[in-house]
Amino acid sequence: MKKYDAIVVGAGHNGLVTACYLAKSGLDVLVVEKHDYIGGAAVSLELYDGWKYSNCSYVCSLFRPEISRDLELYKYGLQVIPYGGGGVLMENGDHLAALSDHDAARQEIARHSKKDSEAYDRYSANLMRQCKFIKPLLMRTAPDPTSFKPRDLQELLYLGKRFHGLSEPEMYEMARFWTMSVVEFLDEYFESDVMKAWIAGTGIIGTALGPCSPGTAYVLLHHYMGEVDGNIGAWGFARGGMGSITKALADCLKDKGGEIRAGSGVENILVKNGRAVGVALENGDEFYSDTIISGMDVKRTFLKTMETKHLPDDFVRQVKRFKIRGSSGKLNIALDGLPEFPQLPEGSQVTRGDFHFTDSVERMERAYDDWKRGTWSKDPYLDVLIPTQIDPTMAPEGKHYMTVFVQYAPYDLADGEVWDDKNREAFAESTISLISKYSPNFRDLILHKEVRTPLDIEEKAGLTEGNIFQGELTFDQLLFNRPVPGYAQYRSPVKGLYMCGSSTHPGGGVMGAPGANAAREILRDMGAGRQTGRQAA
Amino acid sequence: MTAMQPKPFDSRKLGMRQTPFYPRQMDWTITNDWLLWAGYTSPGSLDVVEQEYFAIRNSATVFDITPMCKYRVSGPEAELFLNRLVTRDIRKMRDNRVSYVIWCDDEGHMLDDGTVFKYSNTEYRLCCQERQYDWLTDNAIGLNVEIQDVTDDIAALAFQGPTTCRILKNLGLAGVEEMKPFDIREFPFGKGTLSVSRTGFTGDLGYELWIDPEQALDLWDTLFEAGRHYDIRPIGSHALDLARMEAGLLQPNVDFQSAEFTLRHSRRRSPFEIGMEWQVDFTKGHFNGRRALLKEKQQGTSKYCLVGLDIEGNKPAHAALIYHRQKKEIGRITSAMWSPTLKTNIALAELKRPFGIDQKEDIWVEIYVDKEMKWERVMARARIVSTPFFAPARKNQTPPADY
Repeated sequence: MKKYDAIVVGAGHNGLVTACYLAKSGLDVLVVEKHDYIGGAAVSLELYDGWKYSNCSYVCSLFRPEISRDLELYKYGLQVIPYGGGGVLMENGDHLAALSDHDAARQEIARHSKKDSEAYDRYSANLMRQCKFIKPLLMRTAPDPTSFKPRDLQELLYLGKRFHGLSEPEMYEMARFWTMSVVEFLDEYFESDVMKAWIAGTGIIGTALGPCSPGTAYVLLHHYMGEVDGNIGAWGFARGGMGSITKALADCLKDKGGEIRAGSGVENILVKNGRAVGVALENGDEFYSDTIISGMDVKRTFLKTMETKHLPDDFVRQVKRFKIRGSSGKLNIALDGLPEFPQLPEGSQVTRGDFHFTDSVERMERAYDDWKRGTWSKDPYLDVLIPTQIDPTMAPEGKHYMTVFVQYAPYDLADGEVWDDKNREAFAESTISLISKYSPNFRDLILHKEVRTPLDIEEKAGLTEGNIFQGELTFDQLLFNRPVPGYAQYRSPVKGLYMCGSSTHPGGGVMGAPGANAAREILRDMGAGRQTGRQAA
Repeated sequence: MTAMQPKPFDSRKLGMRQTPFYPRQMDWTITNDWLLWAGYTSPGSLDVVEQEYFAIRNSATVFDITPMCKYRVSGPEAELFLNRLVTRDIRKMRDNRVSYVIWCDDEGHMLDDGTVFKYSNTEYRLCCQERQYDWLTDNAIGLNVEIQDVTDDIAALAFQGPTTCRILKNLGLAGVEEMKPFDIREFPFGKGTLSVSRTGFTGDLGYELWIDPEQALDLWDTLFEAGRHYDIRPIGSHALDLARMEAGLLQPNVDFQSAEFTLRHSRRRSPFEIGMEWQVDFTKGHFNGRRALLKEKQQGTSKYCLVGLDIEGNKPAHAALIYHRQKKEIGRITSAMWSPTLKTNIALAELKRPFGIDQKEDIWVEIYVDKEMKWERVMARARIVSTPFFAPARKNQTPPADY
């Protein structure tokens, strides 16, 4: 039987990025995918006639421009359109609008607190300083601090140099920033509740922590360091839904001679004499290669898709301990028209961007309390967007698609409850009734809805426990500790078996950086040179 | 959920507010050249910039400075508060006087500059370009002082040029000619009061006029009537920028970066590095940045200096790099212009020490000139000169002449 140069397990965005880089270097690459469709968590499915959803991930900012450029993804139809607007609809009938123009934003924030309106500039400058430090690390392999290899030493030196490029107060600030809670961080700048709630949301998204939990300030940064065309912190829609990112990658891969087999997942990664030799699919097919790359999360890869006897005990134990708790769900809704929000001024930009209904960090923390008790939040934090106001390709004329990210929702329900249809519907209802409080005509506009609980996210996107980042983005699981200490450079204990998913450095979000970094390491091992995954300056 | 409140405002229109003087400027403009200044619509020019510039040096000009940030600082510890904020000793100020001030962060880096208006020991106003409410209120913690943003409560005009005193006399402001530079006086005007300070940003004879926004248009109309025979005209910020360069006045975020918003700490500057050592008074007790500045002075660790340059040729050296012996890069131009009054090619420049301090010779500026779609590179010799480049006697003369 034919032997491939490399086999990638899972056609998510990172798997495809790795595959594209390998194919670009002239390798014969196969990608195998469990579902009939590709995309993983960057997927657009038509579940209701005429509507395309961004079923899982829903906005784009983090995808590294270096990758789009290297792979010329524009040729394969990828276009990311930045959006403005957004804000918070408040319980008291007021709102906070996020406005792109600096002076307009200041005047809007000043309605809530004059001090905050000016502190926002100081806050933005500080966040940008943190971004400047971390951004160049994204497209680099994290150095192993225990290694004496010249390359690791060099990379550590690079880190050290960057650190020393900071002023003294900034060094202190950074150490605090990486460990503190998002609320503590925001308390240093802002006094108004709604302002803090507006920003704090990005500190908890996808994380099984509350806004007062240590470590969430970093999560905020993780969401902030994306860009659209050099505008740091800007977010955009992938035209046609998030699936157009993976579609572009798949087309690029085929163009470079790569192959994708969808419809049957890998049941077992084949290991012989301590090295990976191929994959056995659920349908009985077997494919062979000396290089197997898993885009799946580490738990699924090492605990479910291979025999652990091939792995060292301590590695298995650490993988078991890897934090990958599900904390969020998702609603995708087809709407017969644009919902009205009477408390917003006419022509308001709030609903053109990402909007929320949580107007205090207190409510956010209470929503987390529900998660800890093993149930979904009664008053959830919602991240709502209606992309069809900007993207004409996702719904019929005059109709709309709404994506609702819902936090919190646990993977395991308490009191013997399970995620059955009844509970799934009740979970959806808590979200729909919250939106209905602000939009009287919303409920009547619903034509179809897709509800994704953490369990559904695990089943449909393959993400263990439904954790959208393939593992939480807390400091203990970042850089050279991601996914587990000693294995942060995309290699596994099994020779020829690599990782390229978001479980690896620099982590989750539709960023593609893990995939590009993994490809670079694989090619290095193959001695194929360094013509890939450019090192950011 | 509580009852819906009335819709508060149209947020689409935020960020483009109009000052009380906007309608009159709209009547005047033939260039339709508008800029945003701190959220207000502000003219870049209303007519030909050269004509507006020469009006500053020849007759009388009106520039709407309503968007400037204005803070009322009042209370028993207002003086203490301000003296801790700024680097110079404001306790020496008399009532109804204005003082130019700068202030720093704790590391002794420049935040902003501005003017303090003293009405009494418990009543001050601080005017500046960047918003400072956040910084001021943070610094007021524990002090018996009240900070109020009065930016929107006061309409203001910069009234600058050789004939301005004459026009104010025509306006009926009795005794205005006795005002010395940095004096403040109040005059009855209509149903209220017109506050006049002998201050400005042009390095020329001039005043700043402060009034209740309700009376703003009345002030404009009577002022233009009083100046009818003296070519009084409104101007935009382009002409003003030329005048302030000739006067050697610094523009925040042009000639130095406000430390609070710099991403790279190496871009922050101390007062010693921008020619502001005369503003720093170590004898007055504690103020923000004192410890760091004292250390910098004692150890001589200042890295930069800001100097005036006289550059050969007539092509303004916008954003140009500066070289020693045409080889070693030693700094950059921060502001540059051809001075129509001096007939000289002048610039403000930041140099890496010791250049500009001990080494002042053999300095060259690399200027790129666009000659109809062809770039020409010129290495022009530059000479360090003292600033202000232009300081006419009428600026400080009291009483001023009529023209």
